[in-house]
Amino acid sequence: MVNPDIQGKRYPRTSSYLVGREKVREFAKAVMAAKESQDLGFAQSKGYADLVVPPTFPVVIQEQSLTLVLSDPEAKIDFSRVVHGDQRFVYQRPIIAGDELTSELTVASVKSLGGNHMVTFETEIFDAADKLVCTAISTLVVRGE
Amino acid sequence: MPKFEELTVGDVVAQQDYKITRDSLVRYAGASGDFNTIHYRDDIAQAVGLPGVLAHGMLTMGISIQPVVSWVGDAGQVVDYGVRFTKPVVVPAKGHAALSVTATIGALEEETKRARVDLTTTFEENTVLGKSQAWVQF
Repeated sequence: MVNPDIQGKRYPRTSSYLVGREKVREFAKAVMAAKESQDLGFAQSKGYADLVVPPTFPVVIQEQSLTLVLSDPEAKIDFSRVVHGDQRFVYQRPIIAGDELTSELTVASVKSLGGNHMVTFETEIFDAADKLVCTAISTLVVRGE
Repeated sequence: MPKFEELTVGDVVAQQDYKITRDSLVRYAGASGDFNTIHYRDDIAQAVGLPGVLAHGMLTMGISIQPVVSWVGDAGQVVDYGVRFTKPVVVPAKGHAALSVTATIGALEEETKRARVDLTTTFEENTVLGKSQAWVQF
């Protein structure tokens, strides 16, 4: 049973995450990206200072914020009943290896649907200059008991 | 590299097949930090009532955008990407789960020079992602 009162709750800013070049390569391989996405020379030929992360990479940052919610006794979210409903990433600019990112999560909505709860989170990801680079929007379905 | 002016709604711009094995799941678990045991342990998957070990939804999402990244030639031009997880991808201990991804131009925004690419990802003839759409900035 998810606590509906967490709607609108904003969780504290996470500590900084340094996007490492080899981490980007590891993630790119795992999502079966083409070799050129892992090639520094190719990225530089496109005008980037370093490798560009695959589009779904910010899930790693989102996860750090989500951990705060899942461990929040007020939220009462039973992780063993959680299914990923949907996910979206909206970019303000590409994320590049070398970026230092922090994130801040807001509970956008808590809805009840046929005994299940749908909880939508918006995680804003900021760079070292505190500029918004990406918003990760995720809905978790918490199955009823 | 594709040119915005040459695109038409309905164009199939990329199509690719992928094989997901248990190795793929272990690799993605490590790369993403998602170590949920339903993605590598048959006994636990069975105990919680699943049809088998499942691929991470985020792995299916991550793979599905790759044909678009290759077509554009720059992951940085994918400015918006969202999916709904509708059906699980069951990955056998031996062999693989076959995914097929087709990317079609769904809409063109002349003012912003953005193209919406609609993705269809199928596994065993079922579509596994719903409302799978990416916006590419040209």
